[in-house]
Formats: sequence, structure tokens, C-alpha cells
Amino acid sequence: MTTTTEVAAGRATRAPEDRRAARRRRWLLEVGWKYLLAVVVIFYAIFPLVYVLSASLNPYGTLAASNALFSVIDVSNYAALGETRFWTWAGNTLLIGGIAAVGAVLMGAAAAYAFSRFRFSGRRAGLTGLLIIQMFPQALAFVAIFLMLLALGEVVPVLGLNSKIALICVYLGGALGVNTFLMYGFFNTVPIEIDESAKIDGATHAQIFWRLIIPLVTPILAVVALLAFIAAFGDYIIAKIVLVSEENWTLAVGMYQWVSNQLASNWGLFAAGAVIAAIPVLVLFLSLQRYIVGGLTAGSVKG
Amino acid sequence: MTVDAPTTPRAPAEPAPRESHARRWRGPGWGFLAKLALMALVNAFGVMTLLSAFRVESWVVFSATLVLLLAADVVYFTRRSLPLKYLLPGLVFLLVFQVFIFGYTAYIAFTNYGTGHAGTQEQAVEAALIQGERRIEDSPTYPLSVVERVGELGFAVVDENGDVLVGSAEQPLEEARDAEVGSGGVPTEVPGWDVVPRTTVITDAELQEQIAGLRVAVSEDPNDGSIRTRDGSSGAVYESTLVWDAGAQTITDTTTGTVYTANDQGSFVAEDGSALPTGWYVNVGFENFFRLFTDPALAQTLLSVTVWTFAFATLSVVLPFALGLLLALIYNDARLKGRRFLRTLYILPYAFPAFMSALLFRGMFNAEFGVINDLFFFGANINWLGDPWLARAAVVWVNLWLTYPYYFLVCTGALQALPQDTLEAASIDGAGRTRQLRSIILPLVLVATAPLLISSFAFSFNNFTVIYMFNNGGPAIPGAPYALGATDILISAIYDISGVSGGAADYGLASALSILVFAVVGGISAIAFRQTRKLEEFQ
Repeated sequence: MTTTTEVAAGRATRAPEDRRAARRRRWLLEVGWKYLLAVVVIFYAIFPLVYVLSASLNPYGTLAASNALFSVIDVSNYAALGETRFWTWAGNTLLIGGIAAVGAVLMGAAAAYAFSRFRFSGRRAGLTGLLIIQMFPQALAFVAIFLMLLALGEVVPVLGLNSKIALICVYLGGALGVNTFLMYGFFNTVPIEIDESAKIDGATHAQIFWRLIIPLVTPILAVVALLAFIAAFGDYIIAKIVLVSEENWTLAVGMYQWVSNQLASNWGLFAAGAVIAAIPVLVLFLSLQRYIVGGLTAGSVKG
Repeated sequence: MTVDAPTTPRAPAEPAPRESHARRWRGPGWGFLAKLALMALVNAFGVMTLLSAFRVESWVVFSATLVLLLAADVVYFTRRSLPLKYLLPGLVFLLVFQVFIFGYTAYIAFTNYGTGHAGTQEQAVEAALIQGERRIEDSPTYPLSVVERVGELGFAVVDENGDVLVGSAEQPLEEARDAEVGSGGVPTEVPGWDVVPRTTVITDAELQEQIAGLRVAVSEDPNDGSIRTRDGSSGAVYESTLVWDAGAQTITDTTTGTVYTANDQGSFVAEDGSALPTGWYVNVGFENFFRLFTDPALAQTLLSVTVWTFAFATLSVVLPFALGLLLALIYNDARLKGRRFLRTLYILPYAFPAFMSALLFRGMFNAEFGVINDLFFFGANINWLGDPWLARAAVVWVNLWLTYPYYFLVCTGALQALPQDTLEAASIDGAGRTRQLRSIILPLVLVATAPLLISSFAFSFNNFTVIYMFNNGGPAIPGAPYALGATDILISAIYDISGVSGGAADYGLASALSILVFAVVGGISAIAFRQTRKLEEFQ
């Protein structure tokens, strides 16, 4: 009698503990290990970024000295950037990328509007043509770009070699193919009844385009602008052959020169420049992340 | 879908005939004014280009500009072709800077364009004669003034008859009427030109250099020689020791008597086999393509480059996809707290600009001072960038770091879009977790991501930036022509071969290789085309 009550009482007190332990074990087995793995993945993902931040704060500026992470903290590398052409290059990159992005958005949006809203002969052929053209990367034809700009420069110097305008034009040449499809799909999701009711109210095509459609498709415009900017930002091969003189270089061309020439001694400069250049892109990317994922899955990849 | 809107013509809202928007004037329409201003700019630029192309006799540029300018005016000032009003700006850039460039690449692939063959035959003759120029013994000197016209320098000389002749680098000497000769015997006033004062010529070092290099042809015939000056106040005739005979297509060296004959390879070659350094480019047919396959050193290296290109592109898709999918599967778990935070940290490598990542890893993988050897291999001196296989492994590793977040994002999206009721039904039917994964989740995710995988493959195939920034395609393959290296993929090989970055250029050969890569990319794209069936979207 007493034993059974003892056992029962014991079970009553021990059972919740058992259950809690079992639940904890299950949690560890099914969920908890994911946190442990996450630590490993995060280390893998951000170690290089932490390293470059640390190197940028290391006043010795050499590769060897940068290995002791955060042993010294000093902003002299950032100050030293002022004595180089870094800010000129950053300005060039911003200018070239900015104009290329705006141009790509305007031309892509206009083309997508035409394909989405008008029915005209050659429309399907045009869309198919764009689809095919966009599959051939411009970078593969850099020899022809070089020779063409060489010849064009004799006629119109602003469109020749070593001209930022010429580089922007080359980038805009690729704008229609890559972006029209991305935008075309999005434009199609805007109901055509909106256009029709506006037309009945007496709006012209241009008014419908600028006042009605553009505000409704802003998210895709932002994505295309960012992708075009990042493409121009990251391009090396075309920028390198078009921009000859050092004061016209973009960041990609200039920073490559730092690291390839005297890797060991310019490391601090490179690290500081990388941090400065990456932060705006990182912030933009993370804040537009939601839209970008949609854009990326529609066919574009990292460039 | 709303896209399949009326294909039948819509009933006109207003009775015809309607004026074009371009010509209709309803008060101060800002849109119209803006368009007018823009078109004025476009026309001004176009006419300027036409004039300048006419002056330098660049007929391709001239005709292209003419066609484009006419098209722009017709499209924007008539009421036809409404869609073209929206398409034209992008289309112009597309045609000039993409479509034309593809065609031009194909054209260059069939020529021997490159160092030593960089212009037309006319230019080659001119360059040869200039190189062979010497001052003629006891040729008379002429009083000379330096003249200038909107940035263009020229010479004005007084000839034996007391007449003033004027010319520039582009325009041979011709008589200048109403020119005045001053007390010093040199021309002081030349109509249409500004005479540069003697004091400026003496003090401006940069100008002196330009003057020393300036040559003004005596006449249209290059054999007549040209005027040059040493001191900026007197000029003498320089004649080439080489004589060009256009009829016989030969250049004769008058000092040695050697005759150089033009051959169909675009060079002037003497009988003893020696050639003049300047040639011109000619159509060589399929020779560049044959060279890619038959030149033993080149063909062997290119074969290994091609194999590596396919391996790199495949690994750059498979490994990051596997890692991204795995992480997406693991972290798509509602019981996890802080998933958004984790996700943000995971995709940081993707938001870091790619070219800087590659440069960063270039430093981190450095054998002597790099942090990777120092921290993770206990200071061992592993030559990551110098050993072919280690370098290949390292560049794949870098690309894995760069691109797995993309697949992580894409797969997370695909997983969240999975039909929940199907999974529920499966678990009711007794399907375990592995079974669900294998039979439902993976097939559905693969269907959603397959087109992306194919386009990523095509992208990695031409991922110049990562390869070049990381290690310049090195380490060099011993005995390979054109500085090709073990991690070079086809596009960086083309870059090395073309010589655009310096050294001997071989544009023809590089373009031929480009054409082959275009064909490969086209093949891959055709597969993608069939896979995605994007065409169905716009029927």
C-alpha cells in the first residue's frame, strides 16, 4: 500500500522532469544543432569580411601585419586613401554606374511598356530576338568593342577610347536585352483596365506611361537600377580596355592595380577602400533584398 | 491573363482624322517642348557626327549615323509607329553596341588584324614612307611660321617665288592667297589661320614637341615628301628613301635598291624574305580557326583550358547549389528563432561586390603572408596560387563562397512556395521525412530552379572577373604561348591572346576564339530556351 503510493508519488514528481528532459533532447536533436551549425556557417560566411575590416584598421598596411585580427585599431589607412586616386575612381564609378542604371531603367521601362501594352507587327519577333541577343555576353566581344571605339574616336572623340561616355554607351547597349524581360513580366501584372479607363478620360500614351504605369512598377525599376549599377560596378574587362588613363578608371580597374602590383604593401589601402566601397552596396542590397530575390530568380545572376 | 487583351483594333475614341501628338499644339505642353529640345540635341549631335565622319572619310560611321538620325526623326515626328517611339532609344544602343559588335567580331575573326596589320594598305604605305624619311641633301630651306586653327597646328612657308603656302598634318600644302610676309621674311598673316607668335614657340615646351613631330605633306602624292622643321622658323623638305609604286604594288628602297612587294598576307616582303614592319589587314579566310586547332602548342593548351572551363562552370553551379539547397532545407524550419537574422548573415558574401571578394581572397591565399596559411594551416607555406591544382581548388572555393547565398535565397523561396497540402497528404499516407524529401521536395525545387542553374552555368562559363582578379588565370602553363595559365577559362584566354592589355596583339585569333565560345554559349542557351519555354509567356 505504502509502496504503491510512494511509487505513484515518485512517478508524479519525476514524470514532468522526464518529459522535460526528453523534450530538451528532442529539441537538441531537431532544432538545437541547427544553431550550432549556424555558428560554423556564419564563421564561413563572414570571416573574410571581418578580416578585411580588421586589415583596413591596421596601420601597418601590409599583408603580413594584417593577420593578427584587430590587434591595433587605427584609421590611418582611411586617411591615406585621400592621397591616392581612390576618391576619383569612386566618383567615376558612381557616375558611370549611376547614369548606366538610370539609362537602363528608362530604356527598359519604355521597351517593356511597348511590348506589354501595344500589339504591333514584329512584336513577337522582337521579344524572341531580345531573348536570343541577351544570351550572348557583351564581354566576349571586347576585342570588337575596343576596335570599334578606336575607329569611332577618330570621328567623335567623346565616343572613343578613354571616354566615360563611351563606356556608358557600351553598358547601355546591353541594357535592353537583359532587363526588358524582367520588366515585361512585371508590367503585365498591372491590369490593362487602368490604361483603358485613363484613355477614356483623355490621357495620352505618354501621360499613361509617366503618371500611371511608372508609379505602379517602381519596385521592379529599383531592382533593375540596382542590378545595372552592380553590373557596372563589378565590370572589369570592358572598363579596363575602354578607360585608358588613370584619372578615368573605375574602382574595379584601380583597385585591381593596387593589389596586383604591390600586394604586400598596398594591402591596408585596398582593405580600407573595399570597406568604403562595399558598405553602400551592402546597405542597398540588404534593404532591397525582398525585391531583389524576386528579380534574381527571374533569371539574373551575380556579376 | 490581362495580357491577352484585345487583338482586334480598338474603336477610335475620337473621330478620325486625328493629328499626331507631335504636331498637336495645345498650349504650352511641357512634354512636347521637352521632346522638341531633346530632338534638337539629337539632331545637332547627329549632324555634327555626319560632318566629322565626312571629313575623316569614315563611311561606315557616316552611313550608320545618317540612317539612325533619319529613323529618329521619322519615328518622333510622324504619328505612325507609336511602339517604336518607346523602343527606339534602347534599340539604337542595342544595334550599335551589341548587335553590330557581334557582327564585327565575326568579321575580325576572318582577318589578320593585330600588331603589324592594324590598318588599311594606304595607311601602311604612308606609315612606311614616314619611317623611311630623311632630309634630302642640300634641299633648300624655306622661311616658316607655325600657324594654328581651332586646335590644329600647321606650317606656313614662303617658297622660291615668294608665294605663301600653308598646310597641316591632314592637309597638304596649298597656296594661301592674301597672306602677308613680314620683315623677318616669314609669313605674319595667313587668312583662316592664326600665326603663333615666335616667343610662344620658343617658350612653350609642349608646343615645341608638337612642332618637332609635325609633318606637312608637300602634295597629295606621299612620294613627294613633306616639310619639317627643327627650330620653328625654317623648314626643309624631307623625302622618304622609300618609293611607293601604286601600279606595281611595290615599295623600293632607293638607298639599297631592295624592292618590297605587297603580298596577299598584308605585308611588304622583299625577295630575301625580309619584310617592312608595317602591314595592313586582309581577309585570311578560316586561317585563324585552323590555327586554333592545328598549331600544336596552342591547340594543346587550349584543350586543357577548355576542359577546365567546363569543369569550373560545372563546379561553380553544382557545389554552391548543393550547399545553398542544404542550408535552405535546414533553416526553413519554423521552430528556429531568429531565422531572418541568420539569413541576413548567410547572404552577406553575396552582397559584397564580387571583384573585391576575388581580390580579397587573392591576398588571403597568399603563400607567404596570407591569413589562410597563417591561421588555418598553422603557418605552413602552402603555395595556393602557384600550384596548378591548388589554384584551381582555391578558385572553386572562392566561387563557392561567392555564390552559395544566391542558391540559398532561391531555394528558400522555392521551399516556401511548396504546396503544403501535398506534403500533409504524403505524411498522412505514412511517408517519412527522407521519402518526402526525395519524392516531393527535391523534384519540385529542381523544377523551379533548373532554368536558373542553366543560366548560371552560362554565366560561370564566362566569369572573367573572378578568374582574372583572383590569380590572372595563373599559374602559367610552362611552354604555353600567350601567357596562358592553369586557371584560365576561355574568356580570360581570349583576353591574353588578344593583347588588348599590352604586348603583341592578335585580334583576329582572339575573335576567332570568341566566335567559338559564342557558339558554345548559344548551344547552352538553346537548351535553356527549351527548358524554360519562356516563349510561351507571350503568345
